Amino acid sequence: MTKKRILFSLQLGFTLAVCAFLVVPVVLSILAGLTVNYFVGLESGLTLRWIFEVWDGYRDTIFRSVGIAMACLAVTLLLGVPTAYVLARSGNRLARLVEELLVLPIAMPGLATALALIATYGALGGFRSSWAFILVGHVLFTLPFMVRSVLAVLSAIDLKTLEEGAASLGAGFRQRFFHVVLPNCRNGILAGSLMVVTLSMGEFNMTWLLHTPLTKTLPVGLADAYASLRLEIGSAYTLVFFLMIVPLLLVMQTLARPRPSRFIRDDAVNDPVPEIQQ
Amino acid sequence: MILLLLPTALFFVAFFVLPMCRLFLVGGSGATGWAAYAAILTNDGYFKALLATLGIASATTLATLLISSIAGVFLQRHKFPGSATLVAMLTLPLAFPGVVIGFMVIMLAGRQGLIGAVSEALSGDRLVFAYSLAGLFMGYVYFSIPRTILTVMAATEKLDPRLEEAARSLGASSWRVVRDVIVPGLKPALISAGAICFATAVGAFGTAFTLATRINVLPMVIYTEFTLSANIAMAAALSFMLGAMTWLVLALARTAAGSTVAAAG
Repeated sequence: MTKKRILFSLQLGFTLAVCAFLVVPVVLSILAGLTVNYFVGLESGLTLRWIFEVWDGYRDTIFRSVGIAMACLAVTLLLGVPTAYVLARSGNRLARLVEELLVLPIAMPGLATALALIATYGALGGFRSSWAFILVGHVLFTLPFMVRSVLAVLSAIDLKTLEEGAASLGAGFRQRFFHVVLPNCRNGILAGSLMVVTLSMGEFNMTWLLHTPLTKTLPVGLADAYASLRLEIGSAYTLVFFLMIVPLLLVMQTLARPRPSRFIRDDAVNDPVPEIQQ
Repeated sequence: MILLLLPTALFFVAFFVLPMCRLFLVGGSGATGWAAYAAILTNDGYFKALLATLGIASATTLATLLISSIAGVFLQRHKFPGSATLVAMLTLPLAFPGVVIGFMVIMLAGRQGLIGAVSEALSGDRLVFAYSLAGLFMGYVYFSIPRTILTVMAATEKLDPRLEEAARSLGASSWRVVRDVIVPGLKPALISAGAICFATAVGAFGTAFTLATRINVLPMVIYTEFTLSANIAMAAALSFMLGAMTWLVLALARTAAGSTVAAAG
């Protein structure tokens, strides 16, 4: 019994240490963003001055990132939900292949995708210098998450029977899609949407090459601030980023908890973890 | 119904398939021609960067798997007051971008970092390692832990506890239960999570960019070729090779771990 207790304490201690490794720098950076002089320490007092400096200098990047994330969400919904529906309904080898292909942009390093886009469309000046160029990269990278998240829900329910039921009562395709399919994949759409927005707001690998001085996004601004400004401003900027992204992550965590749900097929496999590249 | 696929197909062909073909052609259009694709092995500098990249990716994968399996199995098996909060805290950095991870490493091991302050108070020497390969390693482990813990926890949930009880009742020690029952049971999850760690560490750019431009890993080399040397052909060839390598690792892992394993990096 005592041996078991020792083992438990050791594991608990280890887990707490890992947790500290992840959380301590976040706390430090939040404090640094609110401290008058981080080098001196907290004794120098707390201030919102750095936050205001970030707001003055980088406000545009915040709005641009939110804008791009929303546009990205709209495009991935329009493209992703119908795609997931077709994949769920056909379920044959072709569907597997399409899924494989769609996932490729996540497996590709962002640098490679960005270089490829620049090599192909870099000469189109108007497109190259607009935020739509960044949007294209973000959609490529986030679309698989929307498709898979919706597909996971759709393949867990017995879609075919539900649709046959509706069709036998006289519902046309449009009616079935909007009144049977969409309501049933609501959770998948919600989870996918949160993922898409979070990833788009944080995307850096591609955006760093795709952006122009006039189309800086929040992470690009962060990299700028880290490289050239004092630690306090970098921290305050990071704090602003946390404030935008942590609520999304918390909602995502709540959604990820398993809920009982109807029409679950026995062989449904759920993918618990989204994969993201840095 | 196939018509519904059309918009996605058009988007994908226009903005991924075509650009990737173009990238491949650009890679062969430089001063050295198609030999650019071999340069990753034949050029001394690139080859060293390749080795450094593979080395740091392997180290990251091993460290992350070890740390996350211990914590993940523990958190799934023991529910105690506060354990849910602990899980939430461990998985919060899940979607932090690479640049932010780099900054977290600076907060810990940078010039004004915590580790420096503590080591100075203890020994008089200020320990600063954020701006080197060690800092990069730390960043990649930081980035990979949350996802790997989630994967391990999900896989542990599906393990049959009766197998462990059976092993124990037959006299197996805790260590043997871990080695012969738990680890084999988690193997598919560990392979797929490990492949994703590896692929991330090979292709990631943001963390290295924040820490130092002088860290010689492949993504940084590609970036320098593209911006400073304006050697677009070489950058294209190298990034194509990098992409192929990442894809290969993920594909191999999927074959090794069975078809249910997630496909992405």
